[in-house]
Amino acid sequence: MRGDMVLRVIVKLLIPFILLFALYVQFHGDFGPGGGFQAGTIFAAALALYTMIFGLENMRRIVPDRLVEAMIAAGVLLFLGVGIAGLLLGGNFLDYFVLDRDPVAGQHRGIFWVELGVAITVFGVMLKLFCLFAARNLGQE
Amino acid sequence: MNAAEHLPALQVVLPLAAAPLAVLIRHRLTAFLLVLAAIWSAFAISVLLWLQVGDSGPISYAIGNWPPPWGIEYRVDALTALVLMLVSGVAAVVLPYSRASIEHEIASDLHYLFYAMFALCVAGLLGIAITGDAFNLFVFLEISSLSSYVLIALGRDRRALVASYQYLLMGTIGASFIVIGVGLLYLETGTLNMMGMAIRLQGLTGDRAVLAALAFLTVGISLKLALFPLHQWLPNAYAYAPSAVSAFLAATATKVSVYALLRFYFSIFGETAIFQRLPMADFMLLLALAGMFLASTVAIFQQDLKRLFAYSSVAQIGYIVLGISFDSVTGVTATLVHMVNHAVTKGAIFLLLGGVMLSLGGITLTRVQGMGRSMPLTSFGIVLCGLSLIGVPGTAGFVSKWYLILAALEHGQYWLVGAILSSSLLAVVYVWRFVEVAYFRAPLPGDEVRREAPLSMLIPAGLLVVATIWFGFDTSLTVGIASDAAQELVRSGR
Repeated sequence: MRGDMVLRVIVKLLIPFILLFALYVQFHGDFGPGGGFQAGTIFAAALALYTMIFGLENMRRIVPDRLVEAMIAAGVLLFLGVGIAGLLLGGNFLDYFVLDRDPVAGQHRGIFWVELGVAITVFGVMLKLFCLFAARNLGQE
Repeated sequence: MNAAEHLPALQVVLPLAAAPLAVLIRHRLTAFLLVLAAIWSAFAISVLLWLQVGDSGPISYAIGNWPPPWGIEYRVDALTALVLMLVSGVAAVVLPYSRASIEHEIASDLHYLFYAMFALCVAGLLGIAITGDAFNLFVFLEISSLSSYVLIALGRDRRALVASYQYLLMGTIGASFIVIGVGLLYLETGTLNMMGMAIRLQGLTGDRAVLAALAFLTVGISLKLALFPLHQWLPNAYAYAPSAVSAFLAATATKVSVYALLRFYFSIFGETAIFQRLPMADFMLLLALAGMFLASTVAIFQQDLKRLFAYSSVAQIGYIVLGISFDSVTGVTATLVHMVNHAVTKGAIFLLLGGVMLSLGGITLTRVQGMGRSMPLTSFGIVLCGLSLIGVPGTAGFVSKWYLILAALEHGQYWLVGAILSSSLLAVVYVWRFVEVAYFRAPLPGDEVRREAPLSMLIPAGLLVVATIWFGFDTSLTVGIASDAAQELVRSGR
């Protein structure tokens, strides 16, 4: 399959649009369906598609295993960081009202960073799961 | 920011934040120190919260500054404070022990992940206890369950994987049932806040959806609780997990499920619904008795010490549920006291068994024969805790059985006193099996030179053994908090 010119070209063309769509879902989550969870999954889907055509080794060169593991943890930390920022600014835990002078803008800001944290962790977890299954098949053959 | 106001949030946030930090650090000593700092602070916070509750009554904390019926509420009352102190206290003792213990059981490049999972599990269990939101309870239940599946699977024996998978299947069914139950309650009451649910459920007597919710929640929580006959996952999970994990889960996981059951029964559905309109009391009495007798009998025939004490745990859960079935302040006090006493006793036994595993390389009854000579301290500790399991006066186990018997007498069920005493006789048999093998048989050749486990493992185990004896003499702490909490619960449901 790796030698198939049509697949390689089409996938190369598709991936930028998938990533762009993921970003759209991420940032539109404030106003419509979408958000960090879905965006993270779509991001991981783009890399899964890449892996199917170009192989696990190439994918690992783009996103090393250590980075994937770090992303899983970093997203959660970002989420918690927003919560703790609320505490430090004089509100309760996860209080977005205090993140900006205007409480509504504060809510937007809080949600933005929290969703980013979710996206990073979900991206990491999905990719890790995919890698584990993909690597297992390689080991057996 | 005033730290005292935010203690309820910090209680969960500190261990929760320690987990991803430990993963990012990847260095095992630093990860250990970080998680240790988080868990010791969590213990300090739980004690502070308990003092605050004693001074000024229940604490309510609005996450994200959204007031309770809409936002997630963290609520600390006497019962919550008791469970928080139990979980974080046991974690604070087990974690220092785990450092030497996992050295021999888990590959060293996985140690930082072990600490991360341990911190997550603690955060999940603390979260279940502190949250006042029914769906949030489910989320924390999943956090603690998923991390405990991983912790069990880290066991050295390959059977740990099967045990973990078995627990995963049963645990997932339990969690799904719980979320279905919570969903039905949400449908009926329109709120996820526990206090709000309780108020609205009073008007919904005899509603079928509420009955279905009760059924789903009861079965789901009973699975996590390992109430007989839903205990099948427990013996293997405890037997093949790393020693520190067995000790921590045996002491806390099922106890937190007891908390969840009490919370749903007394604080949400209310006593009248559970005990007067429905035959839940008879049902629980029957299962508790079956657990007490059958699981103790099975324990007698086990060859592996960890499995023996795991079956004994199932039997002890029988006593805990028996206390609930009386639906009285004394009964619930007995439940809570036994919850704490059994957690301390079983935690100590599994910690000591970890030391045996390390020194002798096995914990089957044939392997440990004569260990009274080569490991006198450890053997003596196990015997003391065994006495507490039987309920000999002067140990913690006696106090909880005493309250159970008081509750039975108060209820006029004299035959139950006989049942409690005769099931204790079964405990005598399985504890005696250990005593006979450890003290009255010659050590295996080569065992004379075996030594006690290292001090870093003996001291935490010793602390819990001392607590087992301490709570047998000074009951002001355990019975004091437990009866406060029981009065709160039983009164709130009337």
